[in-house]
Amino acid sequence: MSWWNKFLPTKIRTEGGSKKAVPHGLWAKCDACNAVLYRADLERNLLVCPKCDHHMRVGARMRLESFLDPEPRMEIGANLEPVDALKFKDQKKYKDRIVQAQKATDEKDALIVLMGQVLGIPLVAAAFEFRFMGGSMGSVVGERFVRAVDACLEHRIPLVCFSASGGARMQEALFSLMQMAKTSAALARLSKAGLPFISVMTDPTMGGVSASLAMLGDINLAEPKALIGFAGPRVIQQTVREVLPEGFQRSEFLVSHGAVDIIVDRRDMREKIASLLSILTRQAAP
Amino acid sequence: MNMNFLEFEQPIAELEAKIDELRYVGDDTDINIGEELSRLKAKCKTLTESIFANLTPWQISQLARHPLRPYTLDYIARITTHFDELHGDRAFGDDPAIVCGTARIEGRPIMIIGQQKGRDTTEKIRRNFGMPKPEGYRKALRMMKMAEKFHLPVITFIDTTGAYPGVGAEERGQSEAIARNLFEMAMLRTPIMCVIIGEGGSGGALAIGVGDHVAMMEYGTYSVISPEGCASILWKSADKAPDAAEALGITSRRLKELGLVDQIIKEPLGGAHRNVDATAVSLRGAILDTLQSFDGKDIDALVQQRYERLMRYGNFLEKDSA
Repeated sequence: MSWWNKFLPTKIRTEGGSKKAVPHGLWAKCDACNAVLYRADLERNLLVCPKCDHHMRVGARMRLESFLDPEPRMEIGANLEPVDALKFKDQKKYKDRIVQAQKATDEKDALIVLMGQVLGIPLVAAAFEFRFMGGSMGSVVGERFVRAVDACLEHRIPLVCFSASGGARMQEALFSLMQMAKTSAALARLSKAGLPFISVMTDPTMGGVSASLAMLGDINLAEPKALIGFAGPRVIQQTVREVLPEGFQRSEFLVSHGAVDIIVDRRDMREKIASLLSILTRQAAP
Repeated sequence: MNMNFLEFEQPIAELEAKIDELRYVGDDTDINIGEELSRLKAKCKTLTESIFANLTPWQISQLARHPLRPYTLDYIARITTHFDELHGDRAFGDDPAIVCGTARIEGRPIMIIGQQKGRDTTEKIRRNFGMPKPEGYRKALRMMKMAEKFHLPVITFIDTTGAYPGVGAEERGQSEAIARNLFEMAMLRTPIMCVIIGEGGSGGALAIGVGDHVAMMEYGTYSVISPEGCASILWKSADKAPDAAEALGITSRRLKELGLVDQIIKEPLGGAHRNVDATAVSLRGAILDTLQSFDGKDIDALVQQRYERLMRYGNFLEKDSA
């Protein structure tokens, strides 16, 4: 990218770190094939590279925006905000990290929940915001997830969750670990009520999120080539001291090992999920 | 340096070595050293008390991993009778890092499940240093479902650095195995008591840690990530593990204050390994008390209470939604 920037006038240079954020500017570059893409085209294509089909990371709002029907929509748990109850401090205070993440993302925490419809099928949809402290699961994420489940129980509608998370939020210490038990318990209740849960794992779905709510779908979907696993590849490499197999912990690997049902292209997500849900709830095809 | 003592225990080790020496000398002389011996013993006790009165969280985490610390099978041998170890997940294999079986405690039938570390090198390797693989968690789940079917209370002993981070474990679905246990334990229709006997390492510990009563040995630890792991991520240096241990609040006392564990089981002076039999007596007492509290309890009410307890975990601010 650097050589490219040198040739371009400043106006059309993209800002660095396109991997982390939705890049601004007129042009973007595909992380996978390096194709230079017109941003408007890329966004119309839901941040999937039109040249190589690489799925770039999508923020929670954009995800839900493109997934749900435009109307009706109601946000759940927006009034919940994180607190630093333990006064956790490493090199930085957790309190400051929260403020920083809130400023950078314009969100209060790393999970967004909306009640709405997909092709006319009512449901609750949740999405992780990876840019908010790596999509880590703390108390607010756990509580919002539970309220998503409660809304499903109240209205007898299905739940869909798009995961993108590094795992538990260390700064909330054992409380964050307990969110794994809390969200899984809520899903057990949803399951008992006979309501479907479709889990969509996107890049990356790791650690405590993978080892709780994300793996508990009646149907587990994944976007192509997403990193999905319990331990991070670096940790595993340090433990086993051998080169990890090609494609290890990618969506395709999870399908072949039986952990994921279907890999779904982002551009087909609405139709696919609506179709599956209509069958699981024995309704007419959407 | 005595390898069976931790660094902060070395002054105790030296004093004890002196006492032993004196005893040895005393055996083949006529000199009366009884007085000197009892003086040294008293000094040793005071020293141990003063060291153990002010342990840092990092020191406690070392105690939780002490090479002589009693493990699941040490307790099972001391507190149960009629223990029969039951093997295998019926799908892939048997994971020696998790031990399961039926047993009796003062005659009462129970299902017991615990993580097991190895004592010597051969056993350490066989038991994968107490780090379970998916088949271990699935075996544990099989036993829990059996306990549910036959109305046996489940007792779990938690003692693991964490679930094993390996290629095979990922291939066989480590995440799913842990998640499935959390899901099933939340609704299991039989009472569950969990005891953190040593290290409670993250998701790998929690996967057998959802229950109606959660107790913790005084010098056990329970954490979302190891102090070393946390330090290397947030401080970019594993040397900061003592700071991380402090910040994470991994000790029984702190977790009891925070309402995340229900009970602390006292250990003898110097830690469980200094008197395993006495520790086992305290543990058995705690288990019997808890089993008694389960007696006659309506199972629907118990499961409902367990659910409500899980839903209470967390700290957040709730603004009035205008």
